[in-house]
Amino acid sequence: MKSKSRNFYLIPYVIWIALFVVMPILLVLYYSFFDIDGQFTLDNYKKFFTPVYLKMTFSSFWYAFLITLFTLLVAYPIAYLLTKTKHKQLLLLLIILPSWINLLLKAYAFIGIFGTYGAANSFLEVIGIGTKQILFTDFSFIFVSVYIFLPFMILPIFNALDELNPSLVDASNDLGASKWTTFLRVIFPLTIDGVKSGCQIVFIPALSLFMLTRLIAGNRVITLGTAIEQHFLVTQDWGMGATIAVFLIIAMVLIMILTGKRKRGIL
Amino acid sequence: MKELIRALLAVLIVSFILIFIVFRLNSSQGYTSGNTLTIFNWGDYIDEDLIKQFEEETGIKVIYETFDSNEAMLTKIEQGGTAYDIAVPSEYIIDKMIQEDLLLPIDHSKLPNFQYLDSRFLDLPFDHGNKYSIPYFWGTVGILYNTKILGDRELTSWNDLWDPAFKNQILLVDSAREVLGMSLNSLGYSLNDKNKDHLQEAKEKIDALTPNIKAIVGDENRLLLQNEEAAIGLVWSGTAQEIMWENENVEYVIPEEGSNLWFDNMVIPKTAKNVEAAHAFINFMLDPEVAAQNTDYVGYSTPNKEALKFMDEEVVSDERFYPDEEMTSKLEVYENLGKRMLAHYNDLFLEFKMHTK
Repeated sequence: MKSKSRNFYLIPYVIWIALFVVMPILLVLYYSFFDIDGQFTLDNYKKFFTPVYLKMTFSSFWYAFLITLFTLLVAYPIAYLLTKTKHKQLLLLLIILPSWINLLLKAYAFIGIFGTYGAANSFLEVIGIGTKQILFTDFSFIFVSVYIFLPFMILPIFNALDELNPSLVDASNDLGASKWTTFLRVIFPLTIDGVKSGCQIVFIPALSLFMLTRLIAGNRVITLGTAIEQHFLVTQDWGMGATIAVFLIIAMVLIMILTGKRKRGIL
Repeated sequence: MKELIRALLAVLIVSFILIFIVFRLNSSQGYTSGNTLTIFNWGDYIDEDLIKQFEEETGIKVIYETFDSNEAMLTKIEQGGTAYDIAVPSEYIIDKMIQEDLLLPIDHSKLPNFQYLDSRFLDLPFDHGNKYSIPYFWGTVGILYNTKILGDRELTSWNDLWDPAFKNQILLVDSAREVLGMSLNSLGYSLNDKNKDHLQEAKEKIDALTPNIKAIVGDENRLLLQNEEAAIGLVWSGTAQEIMWENENVEYVIPEEGSNLWFDNMVIPKTAKNVEAAHAFINFMLDPEVAAQNTDYVGYSTPNKEALKFMDEEVVSDERFYPDEEMTSKLEVYENLGKRMLAHYNDLFLEFKMHTK
């Protein structure tokens, strides 16, 4: 009797997952087999393996990799310092705060800051370097992306560091390990799960970024996300758009498997 | 279980009460189905005083809604949630709407003011005989350039853009037909060229423009050009006018090789409930004095020949926005290329964007 009513309460979740997770993925897969005239075809998959799309795939992965790498390099020290401060919850809140603001608003703000007459260039002018083109470069694209993804990387790493038993670090010190060795052999391996989930949360969306490629990079960075947007909205070639999406889904699943938590005992 | 049902009932009852209140409010303000007119137009694309004037003259209540892209408008009309009596799409979408049977034919006998329209802007390929659409505003695609940055260098031709002196100075629009069109025009081909060799040639020509391109952007080009972020922009004449209002240093030119001529036309969607009022409104907007007032407010080019007489001489004689017959004969309206050809244009454009690296 009791398990029956429990099943009854499960119904909304099952319906939710079926409607908003399973169905859309199946639909994407279904559409990927049709060409622009609605005829069944495998051409979309053939087209994906032409140089244009392969190059685009490569550049998407490359930029997503760079973004994840820089985000990690910035986020780990911040998370580490945060755990050492007194008011960590308050400081954490301050770091997360910018993520409450709409992405587009932040992008528009950066157009102003990085513009020819913006704050960044005025600063360069003052210190004697002179005005440089910052907006619409690889630098600005990666900088803004790292800024946007930073909170998502800090949170899981912070949690992992916070849970770390300080007596392990003490033990390592007592046994004569240098600070660097302690970090490399004790702290980092014990927080690797936080790093992994942080990387997942950053890498996967970074792979399909599209608004920033236009607003901040001026379409000089073309990712798979840009191509999907164009196929669905402009060309209305849903088949090709869906095909790219299928490859993105496959890529994401692979990344989840590769970076997923390993079962205890294997490591 | 009981609680669930109770909650559901509560929601239903509240909904019905709200529907009743909305209905009462609407009818108390005169919004009954018989005498309202629902208009779907671009944002800030009409002088609102004219809506009041129309309401006073005819006793019809106007419900005015706006959209920000042709695609968004088309989706809403296809869904049919709101029964729009008038919409103002651009020409390439009108072509599509006619093919998809989304429009009602217009009864020209109810539009005595139709005679005031300039024949240059009538009977165009997207709607022969103006069976389904009546021109509202029109414009061109051209080059906007900043005289403060470029000095007294004057641009007159598309080919001027390839000058190495303009390194990293050009902002393009993120739209395949405009960018490829610019290249096709500079090569002397038609904007509606379907010859794949010509298109490949045009694509290679814009690849060569890469060093001069600063960025390929969307609507934010207005702000960027206004703030002198770049010296040169490929823009629609409407955008050019708006930038010129804000920045005195910019100049707009329709290149001598020719360019695109675009239209926003009034149409009556199939879902319209008040076809009579829709005709009355179209006729009202075609009145020369009304069209002149609207043009003064919006700033785009009016297709109404008589309206020009009620407008400022300086505006009307401005060749940049009211080019003469010789120039307009070089302008081309986009034809519907068909899905496959359009996809080919977009594929080439995507390849070009990849090349910019």
